[in-house]
Amino acid sequence: MAENSKQTMNDTYETTGIPLLKDSKLSVRNVDVFYGDKQAIFDVNLDIGKNQVISMIGPSGCGKSTFLRCLNRMNDTIDICNVTGEIKLEDQNIYDRSIDVVELRARVGMVFQKPNPFPKSIYENVAYGARIHGLTDNKLELDELVESSLKRCGLWKEVKERLLEPATGLSGGQQQRLCIARAIAVNPEVILMDEPCSALDPIATATVEELIHELSQNFTICIVTHSMQQAARVSQRTAYFHLGKLIEVNDTSVVFTNPKHQLTEEYITGRIG
Amino acid sequence: MNDDILVGGHISRQFDQELDEIRSRVLKMGGLVEAQLDKTLDALRSGDSSGITDVEKLDRKVNKLEMQIDEECTQILAKRQPAAGDLRMIIATTKSVRDLERIGDEAERVAHMVRHVLDNGAAPKSYSGLLALGEEVKELLHDTLNTYARMETRSAVKNMRKDQDVDDEYARVLMHLIEFMKTDPDHIAGALDVMWAARSLERIGDHCINICENVIYLVEGEDVRHTKLSRIKKQLS
Ligand SMILES: Nc1ncnc2c1ncn2[C@@H]1O[C@H](COP(=O)(O)OP(=O)(O)O)[C@@H](O)[C@H]1O
Ligand SMILES: [Mg+2]
Repeated sequence: MAENSKQTMNDTYETTGIPLLKDSKLSVRNVDVFYGDKQAIFDVNLDIGKNQVISMIGPSGCGKSTFLRCLNRMNDTIDICNVTGEIKLEDQNIYDRSIDVVELRARVGMVFQKPNPFPKSIYENVAYGARIHGLTDNKLELDELVESSLKRCGLWKEVKERLLEPATGLSGGQQQRLCIARAIAVNPEVILMDEPCSALDPIATATVEELIHELSQNFTICIVTHSMQQAARVSQRTAYFHLGKLIEVNDTSVVFTNPKHQLTEEYITGRIG
Repeated sequence: MNDDILVGGHISRQFDQELDEIRSRVLKMGGLVEAQLDKTLDALRSGDSSGITDVEKLDRKVNKLEMQIDEECTQILAKRQPAAGDLRMIIATTKSVRDLERIGDEAERVAHMVRHVLDNGAAPKSYSGLLALGEEVKELLHDTLNTYARMETRSAVKNMRKDQDVDDEYARVLMHLIEFMKTDPDHIAGALDVMWAARSLERIGDHCINICENVIYLVEGEDVRHTKLSRIKKQLS
């Protein structure tokens, strides 16, 4: 028994719960990820619904960030990282040769753990993406885009008087909302967030969570979080990862009241970290 | 389900301790309400009502424990934001504690009736059926407390079946009392006392079933209230 249950690289397993959907924005099939010859993600199969928030939880090092980075090919930037399997954005395999990665990342934007505004003005931070993606160069259109993006992130009132001041002068929470404004300015379909609140205080966290909720009307959001309470608050679905395997995916309400896999239960109740 | 996953095994050993404390307090409370019912039935059986003041004293302890356990559960909700099995444990506990407290109240009500009947020198014949009902309820309560202590869904379902026997016995007692009142109209007042006591005993059975449902919810995460027994069995298999 003990020997059988030991995990090996080609060990097969089934994800508990409801990983697959009828309708999906992103669909992930048989994805493995390797760093050199070390495997970090094992045969993940998962659908991500349109305009839904899905959260990825699990102990540190279980592969949440690695998995998230697969969804916009951010792992391409890591030399030793190798992704196999299939990930479709609507009907397109994003690992297809014909895919323009820069364009992909406009469709699948990303917000990082630490707010990382460019060392430029607030205005330029938001306008930047639209410029490089060639959305517009027209000053009036850019003004409008900056204003609407900042408004959608609830930041407009706070910064409209100081648009030309450096973004680095904003508070942590404001910077993170600015990064979200920058991400949505290029009108992506999916937003990936890797622990977007871990550097923020509780009030700023609540503001960002409220923003996530509002954005989910128009965007598909995948959020990695180490805060189980945050996953419970912001997402409709929750995916639990353990040692690179996708153990369980279920409605968030199920995961937090009655998870179906023992490992999920143990993690949720603070028995494994 | 093993013990550890219910209260133990948390990274926070203090949390383990808090849950463990709550659990032993619930068990203690169960022991007290069981003693309330035992003493009441003893009085009925022996015709000696002197033990009934103990039933009242126990009730005050039971009430206190209810409040104490509720407060501890509130603290855990506030401080630890429990989820999954821990959350169900806290929810099931606050509900069960309420049922235990009600069982204590019903037992006390029966006790007062017993004292009243005994003080008025009623004929034991009119309440022999009541004693039989009481014994059945006592057994059901005992089994329910074991079900809770061991967190067993199988015995929870068994107890639910037993409650149906209690309901049948209650119906028999009522029929018997109605016959008695018809043939002996002089003793209607006494018979009504017995009827109310029977009703209280039957209510105790219902509270036991609530506790069993809470155990099933706690262990399985299934809400089986207002569900037919045959369906519950299917749901759990
Ligand atoms: N750039 C990298 N090079 C090599 N190994 C990595 C790299 N990034 C992550 N890993 C390894 O992959 C596994 C998953 O890491 P990660 O995806 O960061 O987990 P999480 O986000 O859940 O904490 C870990 O064992 C980690 O050490
Ligand atoms: Mg990470």
